Amino acid sequence: MCLAVPGKIISIDNSNSELRMAKINFGGIIKEACIQWLDDVTIGDYVIVHAGFALNKIATEEAEETIRILNEMGDLLDKEDSKEN
Amino acid sequence: MKFVDEYRDIKSVKVLSKQIEEIVTRPWSIMEICGGQTHTILKYGIEELLPKQITLLHGPGCPVCVTPLEQIDKAIAIASRSGVIFTSFGDMLRVPGSKDDLLSMKANGSDVRMVYSPLDAVKIAEENKDKKVVFFAVGFETTAPVNAISVVEAKRRGLKNFSILCSHVLVPPAIEALLSSEDCMIQGFLAAGHVCTVMGYEQYIPLAEKYRTPIVVTGFEPVDILQGILMSVKQLEEGRFEVENQYNRVVTKSGNQSAKKVLDTVFDTIDRKWRGIGTIPKSGYALKKSFQDFDSEKIFDVGTIEQNESPLCIAGEVLKGTKKPNECSAFGVLCKPEIPLGAPMVSTEGACAAYFHYGKNKSLNANSEIRV
Ligand code: SF4
Repeated sequence: MCLAVPGKIISIDNSNSELRMAKINFGGIIKEACIQWLDDVTIGDYVIVHAGFALNKIATEEAEETIRILNEMGDLLDKEDSKEN
Repeated sequence: MKFVDEYRDIKSVKVLSKQIEEIVTRPWSIMEICGGQTHTILKYGIEELLPKQITLLHGPGCPVCVTPLEQIDKAIAIASRSGVIFTSFGDMLRVPGSKDDLLSMKANGSDVRMVYSPLDAVKIAEENKDKKVVFFAVGFETTAPVNAISVVEAKRRGLKNFSILCSHVLVPPAIEALLSSEDCMIQGFLAAGHVCTVMGYEQYIPLAEKYRTPIVVTGFEPVDILQGILMSVKQLEEGRFEVENQYNRVVTKSGNQSAKKVLDTVFDTIDRKWRGIGTIPKSGYALKKSFQDFDSEKIFDVGTIEQNESPLCIAGEVLKGTKKPNECSAFGVLCKPEIPLGAPMVSTEGACAAYFHYGKNKSLNANSEIRV
């Protein structure tokens, strides 16, 4: 129910100033969503969408940093595993 | 898909489960509040990746499950009237009322339509001025502002034929109800990431302090859940009880101000009944007086409907985390997703349904589900 999905903004339609809309790419599927609640989004930004509304922008750098650290630790773990075997 | 696939990566999953194993010294019980997280936990067999000392308790965070039976009956009573178009998110359509569900109403000729967004329901109202269009407004704080804006939009467009059947519930009062109950076994909470995307996590700080319980705002993918558990265990082992934010790629401390403003404009906080739990003070939303013309319960006088739950159902204990679904005598025998006896079996995000779908206590092979 509270599922929200990350997608990338590919175009923005400001024609209705009360309900600004955007076309968003969810891994190849394009859907419309309202971006009224996000002031500073532009094309190329990633947002998290629920029931047709973008709830927040995704902090790309923080997200990528977390994953990078986990990946490095995973590599170390793999090396240890192969030593043990 | 970016920001999804990398959070299902088996290597990262292994790193996190190893870290949890390294720091845990004694038993801890942690509750994930959100049904979406329960679903991930069962689907990916997360419990099998944890040391034995850690018990995951599955919380009441599935709005579909906790919507009282009488509210479903009200929806069905409204949908059965002529001249009504009844709209809802898909997951409410299959939930059985005491006699029927909305989907079978549709098969029997009622105009019941599934919508992806409540704005679609507003559009239907605009295109069908001779009909009364009702939207079944369920959900936590994630969905509430989206549903609220449908009412604002209907008002702005001067629509007289749109209303919502308002059944919203709120997370922090439920956490407080659980923590203050005498038989509470919960030592740490994973808070629901998407609820906090809207509301932020400020509200949880007094709760963590008052009940000396760590609360970690957590996302929905396997890596998120394991990292949330790691952060909770770390706090428990160190004797800390703080609010921490695992889901910081999306959640900020104060949340989305514009969405919160819409909530304040449209809703009042009221006491609400939760299916399987009972009434929790200040745990729901009702439309404010200024939006009364959009309140389905005022427009369609459906009266009060009282419904009793099956005496076999131990949903109250399951939702509080004191019993697991498979400890219920009806589980999988008299109670199945097609014929649910109680709240947690009605949607795939309910704990009983998640257990049923993914095999009770079945040891899932993480590799088959998580991207390698
Ligand atoms: S299995 Fe069914 S009857 Fe038992 S607690 Fe769950 S919902 Fe209730």
